[in-house]
Amino acid sequence: MKKAAFTLFPLITILLMVWGYYQAIYVAPDDALQGYVFRIIYYHVPSASVAFCFFAVSLLGSIGYLAFRRSDPNKAQIADAWALAGAEVGVIFCTVVLTTGPLWGRRAWGIWWTWDARLTTTLVLWLIYMSYLLLRRFAAGPQMQTLAAVLGIFGALDVPIVYMSNRWWRTQHPAPVFGGGEGSGMKDPTMVHALLWNMLAWFCWGMLVLLLRYKVERRHQEYAELEAEEALASAD
Amino acid sequence: MNSVFWTHLVKDLRIEWRSLDAIVSMLFFAGLVVVLFSLAFDPRAAVSQGIAGGVLCVATMFASVSALNQAWSREIRHQVMDAQRMTPSSGAQLYFAKVLVNFIFVTLVQIALAPFFFVMYNLHIAGPAWVLALILPLGTWALVCNGVFFAALSIRSRNRELLLSLILFPIFIPALLGMVQATTAVLTGDNDPWLWIKMLTGYDIIFTTVSLLLFDVVFHAE
Repeated sequence: MKKAAFTLFPLITILLMVWGYYQAIYVAPDDALQGYVFRIIYYHVPSASVAFCFFAVSLLGSIGYLAFRRSDPNKAQIADAWALAGAEVGVIFCTVVLTTGPLWGRRAWGIWWTWDARLTTTLVLWLIYMSYLLLRRFAAGPQMQTLAAVLGIFGALDVPIVYMSNRWWRTQHPAPVFGGGEGSGMKDPTMVHALLWNMLAWFCWGMLVLLLRYKVERRHQEYAELEAEEALASAD
Repeated sequence: MNSVFWTHLVKDLRIEWRSLDAIVSMLFFAGLVVVLFSLAFDPRAAVSQGIAGGVLCVATMFASVSALNQAWSREIRHQVMDAQRMTPSSGAQLYFAKVLVNFIFVTLVQIALAPFFFVMYNLHIAGPAWVLALILPLGTWALVCNGVFFAALSIRSRNRELLLSLILFPIFIPALLGMVQATTAVLTGDNDPWLWIKMLTGYDIIFTTVSLLLFDVVFHAE
């Protein structure tokens, strides 16, 4: 059953991504003002949503690790694996966002980059999680997991402050597609459909990569534990 | 405030008084950054008013890292840090004493640097000057309270000196923005600095609280 799910899920994901590509490139009409270049939104917005969700996974994993690290080591290890997987895959998706954004901005705004609230927040988020991954690389052993969890919480705490401080500073990014004010968002239903299909496809793809990364990290933990036990046994 | 806090505070002040390691290296480094920036940007009257706030804040930030790196590495010699871990008092007092000591050092450096800075950038303050006495301590506190915390966090890793900057600077970004914007607002007199002062105060309160709460976790991580 589990094996069937593991083969079926990637297949469904690939089909969804093909369908999403077809919707985004062939079905949805050009934007009235921006023309063809607007289509990058079908990759930019889903990647941003996935990245933010996975950073939330990482935060929950960090909190979980700190909560369980004394009482239930096994649960703590699971939480830590989620924290790492969320941060790593989130950084990848965040990189996609930071690449597609300037590509679009060059055509739409005439500039590659601007220090706008959302752009800056995304960049700072990327920097913070990069430093999180660097900490995990530079430190070792179980203390690294504790330190990384603390940094994960600090980083997440910083994000709303960065966002607010940049809103006071300057803002240029277009209003959100969903939940924006009057006059924002998409008017054509085929555009909304294309966006939703791509959202689903990229979420499935992200989940797939996240799950694989999580599994790899769990194996890694088991292997490290085994190695430690063997070292202890040979020492006796 | 009890005797544990005072003991740590007086001990660190005494070490610094006898060696002057942190203050001298910080002062020289910050001075170098100011000179290098003024060579790189060639600030003339109007431009210098606009960028001086940023240069001062960034110089402070870079310089303070050298002091923050020494804050805990001093304790590693003779296993002082292990002894501190074994004491029955809470780590929060140790942390708070360290923050206060480093806050004093960085503030002293800023005071010493200020005249030098005004001369090199030909500054005159267009806004209310006394507000600077509020902005700089608030920004310095934000830097130091995070810096001491992350120095304790990175002390047991490889490349710890590098790692401190890599972790501290991203987290410090909003406070740096607030500090720079508020200082520039006062120097040019164009804008109102109070929104940024409020933001800095909020940042300080949030991060000091979280650091105090999580310091024991980091300090006793094993």
